[in-house]
Amino acid sequence: MSINVKKRAFLMRIKALKQAFSTGKNYVIGIPYAWMLVFFLLPFLVILKYSFVERFGRRLGEFTNIINFDSDKLIFTLNFHLGNYNKLISFSEFSDSVTSLWDVINSNLYWLSYIESLKIAMIATIICLLVAYPFAWAVSRCQNATRNLLLLLIVLPSWTAFLIRIYAWQSILNNNTGLLNQSLIWLGVIDSPLTILNTEIAVYIGIVYCYLPFAILPIYASISKIDNTLVEASLDLGCKPLKTFFKVILPLTKSGVIAGGMLVFIPSLGEYVIPELLGGSNSLMIGKRLMDVFNSRANWPMASALAVVMLIILIMPILYFNKLQNKAGDNK
Amino acid sequence: MLMRLNSLSRFALLFVGLFFCLVCIQGIVNILIQQSFSFFDLRNYIVAILIGLFITLIIDAILRKTATQIILLIVFSFLYIPMVVLIVYSFNASSSVGVWGGFSIKWYGSLIHNKELLTAVSYSLLIGVVSATGAVILGTLASFVLVRFKRFKGSKVFSFIASAPLVMPDVITGLALLLLFASIRSIFGWPNTGILTICIAHITFCTAYVIVVVSGRLRELDQSIEEAAQDLGAAPLKVFFIITLPMILPSLVSGWLLAFTLSLDDYVISNFVRGDIQTLPIVVWGYIKYINPDMNALASIIILIVAIIGFIAWLLMRRAEERKLREMRMANH
Repeated sequence: MSINVKKRAFLMRIKALKQAFSTGKNYVIGIPYAWMLVFFLLPFLVILKYSFVERFGRRLGEFTNIINFDSDKLIFTLNFHLGNYNKLISFSEFSDSVTSLWDVINSNLYWLSYIESLKIAMIATIICLLVAYPFAWAVSRCQNATRNLLLLLIVLPSWTAFLIRIYAWQSILNNNTGLLNQSLIWLGVIDSPLTILNTEIAVYIGIVYCYLPFAILPIYASISKIDNTLVEASLDLGCKPLKTFFKVILPLTKSGVIAGGMLVFIPSLGEYVIPELLGGSNSLMIGKRLMDVFNSRANWPMASALAVVMLIILIMPILYFNKLQNKAGDNK
Repeated sequence: MLMRLNSLSRFALLFVGLFFCLVCIQGIVNILIQQSFSFFDLRNYIVAILIGLFITLIIDAILRKTATQIILLIVFSFLYIPMVVLIVYSFNASSSVGVWGGFSIKWYGSLIHNKELLTAVSYSLLIGVVSATGAVILGTLASFVLVRFKRFKGSKVFSFIASAPLVMPDVITGLALLLLFASIRSIFGWPNTGILTICIAHITFCTAYVIVVVSGRLRELDQSIEEAAQDLGAAPLKVFFIITLPMILPSLVSGWLLAFTLSLDDYVISNFVRGDIQTLPIVVWGYIKYINPDMNALASIIILIVAIIGFIAWLLMRRAEERKLREMRMANH
């Protein structure tokens, strides 16, 4: 009896599956799902695997295996190489002169790079938001036709090649022949050229310049959704404009600000092109360090370990961003 | 009194006053620090004009209680000054940036004979078209999944992998894909890194952008039209091609264009998985790192193309606006 019921249930399930595939719904889900799983999620597992192996030999692509099978004794051995992570977190031998935590951190370039990247990404994000918010507000105050034109003008530079924009800043900031220094000296404002290129300031300028549109658009979207009657009500009830801004307008646009901030913070943390071209050889961002390890020593396992740690730092912000995206989608 | 004037004359008055103030201050400061100050040196006046204009703008804005123009002006000048600088320098006869050697168009001529560059451009265009098309197909399917079948097994993971590529740093994406291709190759002996792997990488990260554009449009759609078609006996596929597709076509086009520009623009990810194929950004990178005067002309051409595209986009936008207005007027009559 029960077997019959089970059998019937099983047949029903088969039928349901057949039906689902006949309407094509599962194909619609399956095709993009499979693609993204294979080419976006699987690679991270591969990175994780590579971070536990070691290079040997002179040639590229000769690595130790994690799982070794000895066919004579029929024994599987697991061989996790922890050396890459060890290099990441260990500090060099201390002398007695080490006094502060900063000295400890300074003794390991990888640590230093992570902290430096976090600092640069955070400060750049804050600058972007401080510029983007008033700007988005200003755009939302314009008339409809002008507004669209202004939005187009914001997006237009980011259609121009990324490298070209960085190159333009190079030729403006260059220490000897740069346009900025030339014009300031010619006008007699300064006597000797300022050194901006190959310093942190240039990296900030580059990141803010390239990521500003990403901060502006979500903030603009949230500002343009505000119901003006709320603001008017607050002002009518005797709230001062500043207080109104902090009590009414800012909370209403919080989601836009956070989304804009994430869109700047997460990619700029791993930025490679900007520190390489504007920050010079002294810039200590983790993306640049990863590329150096990858290019100069072709040390794939070490580069993978660096990427894994970067992912661990970024996983919370990325998940949070994803949650915001879903919420924005459901609210529409 | 100031408030009663019209805006232009008030602006002029403020400016002239400030200008004289600044010149006087400069003179006094120069005398104080015992530098020679001549009233015939043009530079002093230029500095005074620039500072004067800036301060005047700000005071004017405060007087009129509108800061909007000021903010717009500052941010847009920040965005566009680098572009203008590049275009001006591309006509510079001297090969070094910052030294003006007269007007010349010789760099444009040397671009045409640059074989390496032309090959790179053709590769980039090919990869861009393939990637954008692939990304639009995948992105449209994924948008349908996200907007229409909200909950299903694994929908959380799906929404994660649909939005994470938007923010994932390029170095991680590139390295991950390279290692994936290397692993696959060590098992199957295929694929060699080259055009195919670049296309796969580009499709993967462009899809996320297409999803943003297309799913936004899909959410606005009125589903009752599709339901009506189904009620009248159209098969699901027919409904999609006859009803839904024409309605979301504009968003597909803009998604395609976005994916195409992103693909043309990508350096970091391509550099990981390119093998020995040279795309345009790879060549440009070489020019920037090992200073090459062809760079300026190339940059200007790219900027010019973008400007033309932007202008066309603006025209299309205006036409759409006008049509909307006309329709509204018709409806009111």
